Amino acid sequence: MKSNQITLTFSSIAENVSIARLLIASIGGQLDLSLNDIEELKVAVSEAVSNAIIHGYKSNPNNIVYFNLEITKDSLIIVVRDEGCGISDLEQAMQPAFSTDPERMGLGFVFMQSFMDELQVDSKLEVGTTVTMKKHLKQTPISSH
Amino acid sequence: MNLEKKIERLTLLLRIDGELDMHTAHTLRQAIDNEIEKRGIRTVILNLQDVQFVDSSGLGVILGRYKKLLPLGGKLKITNVPPHIYKIMELSGLPKIISFYQDEAHAYEEGRGA
Repeated sequence: MKSNQITLTFSSIAENVSIARLLIASIGGQLDLSLNDIEELKVAVSEAVSNAIIHGYKSNPNNIVYFNLEITKDSLIIVVRDEGCGISDLEQAMQPAFSTDPERMGLGFVFMQSFMDELQVDSKLEVGTTVTMKKHLKQTPISSH
Repeated sequence: MNLEKKIERLTLLLRIDGELDMHTAHTLRQAIDNEIEKRGIRTVILNLQDVQFVDSSGLGVILGRYKKLLPLGGKLKITNVPPHIYKIMELSGLPKIISFYQDEAHAYEEGRGA
């Protein structure tokens, strides 16, 4: 797979979560990932983008979510960034079943962690949050054509 | 997301077609809560056969409806879960709390009494 980079910026509205999923599914297809891997990538992306909209921007639609994909020879790196409120207690936020909203399950980070090989969250109050997720790609033999 | 609704006495059956994420979660929540509040529905059966995607927002709505029905003496049942959707649900622990059935007939049958 050739190196590739895609950046998508979109409004912080719920409708755009499925657009981010479509993009990752399409990249997953190009990378010849299994359907199961693609499904897991879609969930991880969905969680990260939903968090940016719901928590980062407190569901205010007049903001921008930054979605960046980078494909290197051995990994797929997904970065979801918001310029929202930031997370005050990152350790607490990443605990399973922690949620600021009783209707939500607090599983966003659990899913991201389970489905990706690496997860890094950088957050600063009133500056924003950046979620970096990495999936290792199997080295494919060099094709003969 | 499309919802096909069937009401039989105090049981609401919803066949869900589409993706269950933060965008559609709101619609599903309202559809169920309306029936609970207006018609006094006490059993909600969700047929997930045609659900293509679910994330924690979708699971949150399902768990939320379970929690809403519980103090009312009601019940939430899930049927026809596709394998890839079940995997996500399993990771969330939902099957430990909510009853799953292979199809609608089994869900209707259980709890109806002899």
